[in-house]
Amino acid sequence: MIDYSKVLSKAVVDTPKSGIRKFFDLMNTMTDVVGLTVGEPDFHTPWHIREAGIMSLEKGKTYYTANAGIIDLRHEINSYMTRRFGVSYLPESEIIVTVGGSEAIDIALRAIIEYGDEVIVPTPSFVCYAPLVTIAGGTPVILETKFENKFKIDPEVLRATITPKTKMLVLPYPNNPTGAIMTREELADIAEVLKNTNILVLSDEIYAEMTYTGNHCSIASLEDMWERTIITSGFSKAYAMTGWRLGYLCAPKAICEQMLKIHQYGIMSSPTTAQFAALEALKNGDDDIKMMVDEYNRRRRYIYNGLKSIGIESFEPEGAFYIFPKIADYGLSSEEFCNRLLYEHKCAIIPGNAFGKSGEGFARISYAYSIKHITQALERIEAFVKTL
Amino acid sequence: MNTDILKLLENDARLTPEQIAVMIGSDVNTVKSAIEAFEKDGTILGYKTIVDWEKTDRESVSAIIEVKLTPQRDSGFDRVAEKIYNYPEVQSVQLMAGGYDLSVLIEGKTMKEVALFVSQKLATIDGVIATATHFVLHKYKDKGVVYGATEIDERGNI
Repeated sequence: MIDYSKVLSKAVVDTPKSGIRKFFDLMNTMTDVVGLTVGEPDFHTPWHIREAGIMSLEKGKTYYTANAGIIDLRHEINSYMTRRFGVSYLPESEIIVTVGGSEAIDIALRAIIEYGDEVIVPTPSFVCYAPLVTIAGGTPVILETKFENKFKIDPEVLRATITPKTKMLVLPYPNNPTGAIMTREELADIAEVLKNTNILVLSDEIYAEMTYTGNHCSIASLEDMWERTIITSGFSKAYAMTGWRLGYLCAPKAICEQMLKIHQYGIMSSPTTAQFAALEALKNGDDDIKMMVDEYNRRRRYIYNGLKSIGIESFEPEGAFYIFPKIADYGLSSEEFCNRLLYEHKCAIIPGNAFGKSGEGFARISYAYSIKHITQALERIEAFVKTL
Repeated sequence: MNTDILKLLENDARLTPEQIAVMIGSDVNTVKSAIEAFEKDGTILGYKTIVDWEKTDRESVSAIIEVKLTPQRDSGFDRVAEKIYNYPEVQSVQLMAGGYDLSVLIEGKTMKEVALFVSQKLATIDGVIATATHFVLHKYKDKGVVYGATEIDERGNI
């Protein structure tokens, strides 16, 4: 019999299962659960965008596209990045259309990391960074961000985390799960630390449209930072297009050339239908974004105030569509809190430690839900904390 | 801010002033007095429930009637429109540009009732030149709400 322990990649075997996954498995064993767990918009993809996808199929556009994506789409991505965030990229050589933001992150890491390289991963953050760094042969070095500091990266902590082996800093803002953002001034302090080093930045800007206290600032727009930044983003959150699996990478040509090789050999080209839909999204989707972001903003205020009136402390999220309340004061671990809330009051939220050790004592609540649904969940949370 | 309040209420009239205040980052008293002012000056005309009557036993028929009119001296179409909308079975009356003048939505219990209304009441009003009645077979969407569809959250837990 084959001994799988001898054939499977150790790096992969040693990679832990996603903590979110674990909790979802638990949740799926129960019925009538009111959950605030999902990390994707509750809106459907706007109809004109869906129609553009359908139209492309009707016209028989069912072939592969250029490896880096349809050139028209890359032009639109550039004009979008320029008009929204003031950063420009050559459509011919500095933009790659990927299978979701996830593939973008993966190939960016793989194009840069060599065995033993260190990549600084701030936490709490989305679950994919550290495992993908490890699988690419690198060593994730965790930089813990703090509630007291609104979950932002402290430049001094960053400076102390850098070693001669540091190759890259992951910059996950606006942040899932904390809802933190980093302003231009705060990014300038980070840039100051990185200046005169060879450290690259992987700026995951998938939530860039979801900011509520001012426009998102891309670190690539700061002086001297363009040349050392890889931006990953996508259509999932901004245009409610998660299932289309479409994202993109923007980076200097020298980096893009290498990333494109991985994309070319591993993927070929991103789904053609999704690319045509995305083209329509970028051309005519600004109003859709505004409508959705206005709605998220109302829910953000609603849930922040709701938690506050229950007596649960959280910092007011400024981006993405999550709130990360502090539940440590109830004397339970994140997992105990969420498990008991689930079993005793049939309400699901994600334990904060699923997003890194520094998430312990917190829980992630998504507000990509209707006000009615949020109200119901808040009632259950309130009933639960009253018993503690 | 005032447009925000109106938009929220238009979408869900059951939102409380407390909820609205939180959602738009204002305070309850400001929202309350804004709503009162809207009600007083007729910006907010009422609050109703959207009912899908096809799901009940209640029999009803509705029709859209295109009405052509002769405009009256002094009052134009207004007087005739008033005569029409005063009938309680008339749900809406709108002045149109194009091939006809008024679009009238009427609701009755049976087709006969609607037909009688058109022939005996509507068509006999002074100034009405012609009518064309279109019966509604099925309502797919009204006031921004899709009928018959109950949304299930199909989002994957990933």
